[in-house]
Parts: sequence; structure tokens; C-alpha cells
Amino acid sequence: MFGLHYRLERKAIGLVLAIIGVASIGGLVEIAPLFTIHQTVEDAPDMRVYTPLELAGRNIYIREGCYACHSQMIRTLRDEVERYGPYSLAVESKYDHPMLWGSKRTGPDLARIGGKYSDEWQVAHLHNPRDVVPESIMPAYGWLLRTVLRTSDLGANLEAMRVVGVPYTDEMIANAAADASGQAAPDTPAAAGVAERYGAATTVRAFDGRPNELTEMDALVAYLQILGRLTDAAYKPVALGE
Amino acid sequence: MIGQLTKTERQVALVILSALALVGLAMTAAGHNDPFGMQGAIVLLAAIAGLFCVISGLFDPEPAEDRLDRYYDDPSKVGILLAMVWVVFGLFVGDWVAWLLVNPDLTFDAGWSSFGRLRPVHTTGVIFGFGGNALIATSFYVVQRTSRARLPGQLGPMFVLFGYNLFCLLAVSGYMMGITQSKEYAEPEWYADIWLVIVWVTYFIIYLRTIARRKEPHIYVANWYYMAFILVVAMLHIVNNLAVPVSLGGAKSYSLFAGVQDAMTEWWYGHNAVAFFLTAGFLGMMYYYLPKRAGRPIFSYRTSIISFWGITFMYMWAGSHHLHYTALPQWVQSLGMTFSIMLLVPSWASAGNALLTLNGAWHKVRDDATLRFMMVAAVFYGLSTFEGSFMAIRPVNSLSHYTDWTVGHVHAGALGWVAMITFGSIYASVPWLWKREAMYSAKLVEVHFWLALAGTLIYVFAMWNSGIIQGLMWRTYNENGTLAYSFVDSLVAMHPYYIARAIGGLLFLIGAVVGCYNIWMTIRVAPQESEPAVDQPEPAPARAALQPGE
Repeated sequence: MFGLHYRLERKAIGLVLAIIGVASIGGLVEIAPLFTIHQTVEDAPDMRVYTPLELAGRNIYIREGCYACHSQMIRTLRDEVERYGPYSLAVESKYDHPMLWGSKRTGPDLARIGGKYSDEWQVAHLHNPRDVVPESIMPAYGWLLRTVLRTSDLGANLEAMRVVGVPYTDEMIANAAADASGQAAPDTPAAAGVAERYGAATTVRAFDGRPNELTEMDALVAYLQILGRLTDAAYKPVALGE
Repeated sequence: MIGQLTKTERQVALVILSALALVGLAMTAAGHNDPFGMQGAIVLLAAIAGLFCVISGLFDPEPAEDRLDRYYDDPSKVGILLAMVWVVFGLFVGDWVAWLLVNPDLTFDAGWSSFGRLRPVHTTGVIFGFGGNALIATSFYVVQRTSRARLPGQLGPMFVLFGYNLFCLLAVSGYMMGITQSKEYAEPEWYADIWLVIVWVTYFIIYLRTIARRKEPHIYVANWYYMAFILVVAMLHIVNNLAVPVSLGGAKSYSLFAGVQDAMTEWWYGHNAVAFFLTAGFLGMMYYYLPKRAGRPIFSYRTSIISFWGITFMYMWAGSHHLHYTALPQWVQSLGMTFSIMLLVPSWASAGNALLTLNGAWHKVRDDATLRFMMVAAVFYGLSTFEGSFMAIRPVNSLSHYTDWTVGHVHAGALGWVAMITFGSIYASVPWLWKREAMYSAKLVEVHFWLALAGTLIYVFAMWNSGIIQGLMWRTYNENGTLAYSFVDSLVAMHPYYIARAIGGLLFLIGAVVGCYNIWMTIRVAPQESEPAVDQPEPAPARAALQPGE
């Protein structure tokens, strides 16, 4: 064995090829089957895609680095299920490009935060967390209320998501900007379109409390309120994909 | 610096920089209403600064022919200085965000300065800015000496340094503008990723060509590690960053993978960024500088073979231990855990090999802080790889995951191992590179050593405490069978440890500033009269065969 190595370490190209070969095996065995074994991701026929406003909110969540302190992955441990809700299923993040499972809980897990607090609480908390949770060490996100949400490129965003495999329809892509404003402006014609395209259960509200202005706060709160609610799969007996 | 380039190389540099300036201009125009435009402006400014630099030396005389009798060390010198700039910057931001966890209002009411955007500035600044520059600088130094061959050409290595630092600059400035992929330790967006691939392939070619020109029959151990570092980081970087940009005029992209597949790919990348960036590369450093400084040969050649291939093979399986008890299929979790435990063998073989190399030189460890930096690094390497294997065990991980224990573990490795071996290697190479007899002040090296060690220990102990308390509080039940503590209770309990951590970080930062001063003063004193005759490439008869541009 050492004799073989004695010869290998005299050949630069041989060493390069050996390193590539040896280092490739782990990834091939562990990652490639995740794309081919169907049981990896459960079936959830009721799973819906993010609305343009929720996607914009998700992109703000990413931009502000929220994932550095908040996980979105409830583990299969009793205390986590009792603290945060049913453990996370793979299917719940199947439209998450990229996933935001996180690796650190400086703050609590957010996988099932949707619907747990009111919009008003979320807005007040994001504006200054210490107004509602005095002990909190979360940053204050004052600029979200001050910044108007950019919607012009939402269609292009949905289209890119479709390229990577999320089933957005042509109609959703064409109406992305209008749907984003509509979701935060109830009782307008634009709002009706959101329910039509994304399902009657979609939340349409003035998330930041101001229906005539679409801010980044609207988007982020809309996203937080949908977390854990894209499908009911986690609350049902698990249906494995075939 | 430019005077060292041949005339042809200066012209090629002009062409490359002009092309880059055009790319920057196009990016600025295409992204005029997006942060992408500002990233374009940074590319443009960097290219113009480069052009200015090259043009100012364009008509200098051709470098003397006898340069080929000496190693080409300009890139190593520049790389070491850049590494020191990045370390002070990265540690400063790190300590700032540490204080933000003590008092969240110690910042401005603006996006760029909030914790979530600064945190990747810290990680990228120290890992890629400091670590990467130190690796590039030392790898060029080491590969020439251990191959007794000069780098092929002067332009390529300089391009690698310039390009790599442009990548780091784009990354760090991008986070503050809100540009991130959110993939931990792979945050830069698609355009920066593509640029890094170009730079990295150049780096690989230079490295391979230098080894191919070697006058030694065998490739030295350090070069195996540097080679594995270059190759595997390229593999990881390309696969993990596969993404579809929203448009060519915007920074945003969507990862090709989603959910569980994305999580596995990300941690296959993430854990092996630790393995091949923060371990293999720095083991390369250790295998050269530690025996050199101690004046002892490596204890066991066979152990190095076993540990090298063990690390190269087994680390690639270990990433899934970041996903215990998650929605990742359990068979992948179990494989990850198994390989993580087995990894202890090659890891401790390396650490042991380093420490046993010091046998017969322990009096030098006592007297020489530079060598002591390297010795302590090997000890921390052994400790944190043990801790890592331990934390990869599923039940242990159920407690440690998501807590500050992980942060403590990472910093035991990053401060105790990576930074210490780097400081040791830099203190060893600065006098060699600048032809000085020794560092300006051995006392200050000593001061730096103790500040670094104290800072690391305070940091790690604080995080062990806070992490384990946190993990226990989250899972404690009262006698009624309900959870005993709210999340906020655990947060309040962290407060004293967050203060201790920030103080530990501050000591480490002060140490690095002392190091900068010492290095600067070393460079300022007058050089030695004659350079040591041994530090030269083989005066090759092949000299005549070398092309001027080579």
C-alpha cells in the first residue's frame, strides 16, 4: 500500500485524479439518491406555491439574514414538537429555493409561526422588538415600513422560480405585480384575482395596516403569516410518495 | 511590483483589466435600479485601480533575467498583507455583532448595519478574506520551496490574488446592500460565484504547473493538502452554487435545488468548506511551517499518508450530521454520523503527527512564541476535531444543535486552529520573505500569542456554557409534564455569556492589531545585506529552455 503511494506521489496528474475520485464518492452516495428515491419527499396534494407578495417577503427575509438566527425546521423531538408544533416534513419546503432550515436558534424556530400572532403584533415587533418583548435582542427593522415594495420584477422572479421547478402558471407570472398589490389591499378588484389564482384560503389583508401603500413590511408579514401553512400535511398521517 | 512583470505580461494585464472594466461598466448600466449596479461600479473601480497601477509601471525596464534564479515571492508578500487587513476587518465586525447580541441597539437605523447583514460580513471576512489570502500566499511560498521550482510566470499569481480579493470585496459589500443567496458560507450571488470559478481555475493551473516543473522526485505532503484544498473547494463551490438568475441585470438568483435536496447539498458544501478550506489548506501550512520552524523532520511519513486520504475520503460523507432529526431521510443522517466518528482517526493522526514532530524541540516551543502558535494550533485542531465527532452523534446533537455550543465549537476551530496556525506561519514567513533577521519584536509576538490564547479560551468557555444551558433549558420539563422554560427565559440566561464572548473576541482582535503593527515595523527596518544562498530554486539547466513569458 505504501509502495503504491510512493509511486502515486511522484505523479502530479495521478494525484489530482485520485483526489477528485476519492472526494466524489461521499456526495454521490448521499446526495444523488435524494433526487431519485420517491419516499424522500412526501405527497401533499393541497400544497400551494407562494404568492408574489409572500415570495417578495421571503426574499426580504433572505436579504436581512433572518435565517442566521431563526430556524425553520422543527426536529422530531418531543420538546420541539410541544414548543413549536408538529415536526417539519420535507414536502413543506419543496418549493423553497433555497431552503431556509437554518442552523442556529438565537431566536425561536419560525417553521409554524404563521397565524400564531396578529399582523399588528408582527408589525410592532419588526418595527421595534423591545416594544412587545422587552427582553428581546432582535434587531429593529424600522426601514421596512418606510420602504415601498418593488413589484416591477416580480413576474421575472416567478419565471425564474418556474425554471427551477415551481409550478407557476403563465397567468400567475403575467399578473405577479398586480397580485402583490392586491393581496395587501382587500376589497379591490386586484384582491379578487389573488384568491382566484392562489386559492380562496389565501390571506388577503392590509398586513401593515395601511391598505393604500404597499411596503416591504406588507411583504415580510405576509410571508411570516404563511409559514407552516402552505399544506396541512404535517397535521395528517404521513402519506409517502410512491 | 509591476516592475517584476515582463513587458508582455504588463500588456496582457492591461487587456484583462480593460475587459474587466467593460464588464463592470455593463453591470453598472444593466443594474442601474438594482444593487447589482453598485456591484458593477465596484468591479469598474477595481479594474480602474488595477489599470492605474499597471500603467504607472508600464514603461519600467524589463525585469532582470536573473529573477529566474530566485523564487517569485511578490504574491506571497501581498497576500500576507491583505490577510492581515482582512483579519482586522473581519474580527472587528465579528466583535461588533457579538456586542449586538448584548445590546441590540448598538447600531444604526439602516439596513446595512443590522445583525443579519453584518454576520456574513464577519464570516466571509475572516474565512475567505483572512483565511483565503493566507492560504494563497503561503501555498505559493510553499509550493516553490518544496518543488525547488519557480512559479510559472509572474502575471498569473498576481491575477489570482487580485481576482480573489475582488470576489471577497463583492461578497462583503453585497451583503451590506442586501445581496445574498442565504446559503451559509456560500452567500455571494451568481456573478461573484462565476468570477471565483475563473480565478480558482487559474489558481489550480498555476499550482499544477509549478508542481509539474519540480526538481524533486516526490510531491511533498503540504502540496497534497493544498492541492486537495484547491480541487475540492472548486467541486463544492460549483455544485452548491448552481442557480438560475432572475435576469442578467440583477443580483437575485434562485437555487437550482429546493428543500431537502438543497439542505443536503448546502451542508455537504458547508461541512466540507470546513474540511477543505479550513482544514486541508491549513494542514498544508502546518506540514511546511511547523517542521521548518522546529527544525525537525515530520514525525511519520506513513501517518501523513493515512490521515491525508482519510480526510479526503471521509469528510465528504460527514455533512449530513448538520441535519440530524430533520426531514432528511434517516439513512443519510446515520451515514453522516458514522463517518463523522471515523474521522477522528485521520484527524488525530494529523494532530499527533504535528505534536510528535516537536519532540526534541520542546525547548523551542517554550522560548519561541511563533512555534508556540503552531503547537497550540495543533492542540486545538485535536480538541475541536474530537468535539466535532462527539457533536455529530445523534443524541448529543439533539442537545447541541441550534445552540451556542455549535458557535463555540466553530470558534475553537477557527480561532484556536486556523488563526493560530496562520499567525504562526505568517510570523515565520515575514522575516524570510522580506529578508529580515527576525520579527521587529519577539515580545510583541509573545503579547499577541497570549491575547489570542486568552481570547479563544474565554470565547469557547462562554459558548460552551451558554450552549449547554440553552439546550438543557429548551428540553426541561416541570413536574406537571409541561415545558419548564419559555424561549425568552433561555435568552435572558444567555446574557452574561454573550458579554464574556464579546470580551474574548475583543482580546483576539487586539492581538491581531498588535500583529499588524509588528509586521509593519519588521518590513520598515533595513533588510539584511545578503540573502541566504539556500533559498533559491534549482539553478536549472532548463533555464535556456524557459520561454520569457513562462
